Amino acid sequence: MNLRELTNTEAMAEALREEMIRDPSVFIIGEDLVAHGGIFGQFIGLPQAFPGRVIDTPISETAIVGAGLGAALTGMRPFVDLHFADFTTCAMDEIVNQVAKIRYMFGGQAKIPLVIWAPDGAGLSAAAHHSQSLEAWFIHTPGLKVVSPCFPYDVKGLIKASIRSDDPIIFFMHKKIFSSKGPVPAEEYLIPLGKAEIKRKGKDVTLIAYSIMVLHALEAAKELEKEGIDVEVLDLRTLWPMDWESIAESVTKTHRVLIAHEACVTCGFGAEISARIQEELFDELDAPILRVGAYRVPIPFSPPLERFVIPGKESLIKSIYKILGKEMN
Amino acid sequence: MVHSIDPTLHLKMYEQMITIRSFEERAIELFEHNLIRGNIHPCIGQEAVSVGVCSPLRREDYMVNTHRGHGNCIAKGADLKRMMAELLGKSTGYCKGKGGSMHIADFEGGNLGANGIVGAGLPIAVGAGISIQIRGTDQVVACFFGDGAVNQGTFHESLNMAAIWKLPVIFVCENNQYALSTPIREAISVSRISDRALAYGIPGMTIDGNDVIEVYKQMKEAVERARTGKGPTLLDCVTYRFFGHFTGDPGRGITYRSREEMEEWMGRCPIKRFREYLFREKILTEETEKGILAKVKTSIEEAVQFAMESPFPLPEEATQDLFY
Amino acid sequence: MPEVSFVESLRMTLREEMQKDPLVMLIGEDIGRYGGIFGVTKGLLEEFGPYRVRNTPISESAIIGSALGAAMTGIRTIAEIMYIDFTTCAMDQIVNQVAKIRYMSGGKMKIPLVIRTQCGGGRGNAAQHSQSLEALFFHIPGLKVVMPSTPYDARGLLKASIHDDNPVIFIEHKLLYATKGYVPEEEYIIPLGQAEIKKKGREVTIITFSYMVWKTLRAAQQLEKEGVDVEVVDLRTLYPLDLETILQSVRKTNRALIVHEGCRRNGIGAEIACRIQEEAFDYLDAPVERVAAMDVPIPYSEPLEKAVIPDEEDIIQGVKRVLSRN
Repeated sequence: MNLRELTNTEAMAEALREEMIRDPSVFIIGEDLVAHGGIFGQFIGLPQAFPGRVIDTPISETAIVGAGLGAALTGMRPFVDLHFADFTTCAMDEIVNQVAKIRYMFGGQAKIPLVIWAPDGAGLSAAAHHSQSLEAWFIHTPGLKVVSPCFPYDVKGLIKASIRSDDPIIFFMHKKIFSSKGPVPAEEYLIPLGKAEIKRKGKDVTLIAYSIMVLHALEAAKELEKEGIDVEVLDLRTLWPMDWESIAESVTKTHRVLIAHEACVTCGFGAEISARIQEELFDELDAPILRVGAYRVPIPFSPPLERFVIPGKESLIKSIYKILGKEMN
Repeated sequence: MVHSIDPTLHLKMYEQMITIRSFEERAIELFEHNLIRGNIHPCIGQEAVSVGVCSPLRREDYMVNTHRGHGNCIAKGADLKRMMAELLGKSTGYCKGKGGSMHIADFEGGNLGANGIVGAGLPIAVGAGISIQIRGTDQVVACFFGDGAVNQGTFHESLNMAAIWKLPVIFVCENNQYALSTPIREAISVSRISDRALAYGIPGMTIDGNDVIEVYKQMKEAVERARTGKGPTLLDCVTYRFFGHFTGDPGRGITYRSREEMEEWMGRCPIKRFREYLFREKILTEETEKGILAKVKTSIEEAVQFAMESPFPLPEEATQDLFY
Repeated sequence: MPEVSFVESLRMTLREEMQKDPLVMLIGEDIGRYGGIFGVTKGLLEEFGPYRVRNTPISESAIIGSALGAAMTGIRTIAEIMYIDFTTCAMDQIVNQVAKIRYMSGGKMKIPLVIRTQCGGGRGNAAQHSQSLEALFFHIPGLKVVMPSTPYDARGLLKASIHDDNPVIFIEHKLLYATKGYVPEEEYIIPLGQAEIKKKGREVTIITFSYMVWKTLRAAQQLEKEGVDVEVVDLRTLYPLDLETILQSVRKTNRALIVHEGCRRNGIGAEIACRIQEEAFDYLDAPVERVAAMDVPIPYSEPLEKAVIPDEEDIIQGVKRVLSRN
């Protein structure tokens, strides 16, 4: 295998380029794609390589998503760039009432090969309107698949799989991981939707995470290793469909669970994972399942406030001690 | 009036208008007998818009529809049996019972479906337009919406997008003058909805939506513009829904419309007007009409019978059709 | 006062509050002459005039945005969104503006805003007019969420919501409107964040809200005949969540079932189940179970809709699952 070190941005651009070459029905639509190469430069080079297939729009999120849907219903494979996950709110009817429901409502008549891609997450002092993690909404909405990977290898394989899927996909990428690097094979590969991956094997506690929290989880695990605590880190990669088998296998081994996401704890995805684990693996559990997530406030601007509100390595370590019933040194 | 429409097409349009009205009347009856659930939003009185707009379309052209959409489905060529079966929630319906009256779609016939959210169809029509542009076909999209939709953000976003990219979309406002109970004169600040076209730099006209020939002519021109890459048009078709907002409206909308107004508009019945014209022009005779009426009656009754005899879906089918 | 309907109770409350406080305003679609699609605002335009009963065009974003602007500038505003499904058309206004503006501005202003809306299936209204979307708002910091089940609670909670200086989403299930119940004429308020035990019991705690309270009580009656004694906790307010009442009950029964009409996956039940196992792990004799809608859009056809939305039988089966563990 020919491995290169790519950033998440590069991995994504490479995936898009390959899919656009492979399939002429793939196109990209969103704001500031051509001149700006996307708000994070993630589309640089693509407008030149594929003239007419990278479409710049006015600031009209509702119409962008709706248009993506209309194109998907009529034979295209649109990749919609929404700029920020926060802006899904401006297209919420189109996402929840149209994109998610149309296939079912019309008795299965249509395919909806549509990817809605949006950067999410906090940590850049972008304040309350540009820092949210809203994946729980879309997991709660029947008819959508939700993807949120962390590493360049996963980003590339999942972007390609998402574009080839005939179902609508909401693809989140945390804006703080855009420039983080990792090995990516030059050869063609896909990562199937709905498959988690163990990013670190361990036996004491299962730490279920996704997106940027996987990085924090790995750091926390490394630190806990020094204290003789062996943490298994499970990266969900796809949130829905959820890879229940991988979760169950790990929990059956460790009997203790921590779930980590950056979204607000209350009714976040952690609630669903936790509820499901205690429903199905009640007798396997040696301790309550704990969750780590953001405080129940909008994301504040000031760095010390923001750091306090969103979870990091420290809150993971603290929770793991609590789950193990141990005192922290 | 000078006409370039051939008599056969005239008669076909007349038959479609009668079919729509009969379908709606029969559906209301079935609703009153508790055979249809939820609500239906009858389009009685608006037949000229459905037929005038859909007649210049080809089967492969697209149509985006609204909650008051039975007439548009029929005019776009939908099968009455499968429509009626959907209204009755049967597994043989267009959506296998999952959609109902408000959500009939027929992708094979270019019908991209009816929407229960006011204004939500406009962006979808824009997307179909983008798809046509990229694929390089000469299809067009007829996008239906009501006067209530023109005050949603989607209206502005979609007309603007279609205009800047010269998309082959014809925005057809079925302006029946009421958004549920709110009259259009209290809901917009300009005198005509078509005045808004100015803001997007596209052709816009307000026309008599109860004159099927007029609707047909304007639509035909708009379709030609769209097919030849000249971009979108806004057609504001002024009409009236005789029945009120929906089957739950007290007195067919008497709580918010005066009896005089209702009677005046019923006097402008699009079917009556077209019929008079067809007789005047000697396109229609008593005998041909009899034949048409009998044919329509039979097809509606066959549709009802088909729907009644069709099975309900099995409860476990509720989990199907979500993902591909 | 004799029994009044849920609709009458709401209307009576709106009228009282508007009579008492000239700065209370209503805004929404078809709330004027038409009196609201379920008749809640009937007669209020005539009594209070078009400045205080604002009938709007179909513009959900602008309804919520303008209601927020009015609330920020001294008007106690009650905005109506005809169906909860349409809140998606105003989601930026609700989530990014209404919910965040006080926090973002450092707590400088009051937002006395109630968004009244109507939810639920069971009437054949299909996928876009039958949803239960409370979990979306429950997840968002800055919103309170209220879902009453009786005319009595509706009045007391609507008053509390109107008096509250924070934004409240007040959700009414469409099948509740015609239900009747005792409502005293005297002024009373039910504070937000207080659950109520609608039926005492000792074997299983059922936590529910809105129309599901009625289905649960009927299921409880049936179970009683079979010798099963359940306790029914009506949350009434989802946020703030009355966790104390839930935990007290669960510590007594050691078994819990959550019942709601929203989709099961990542619904309110997930959060409550999760909280119970976090806080009362050692008290639980069985997993906390959930009875909720299937994870599909609401289908139109009757047998399909019935299959998707939980009924009394599903609740009874849920209770039996919880009890099947030793």
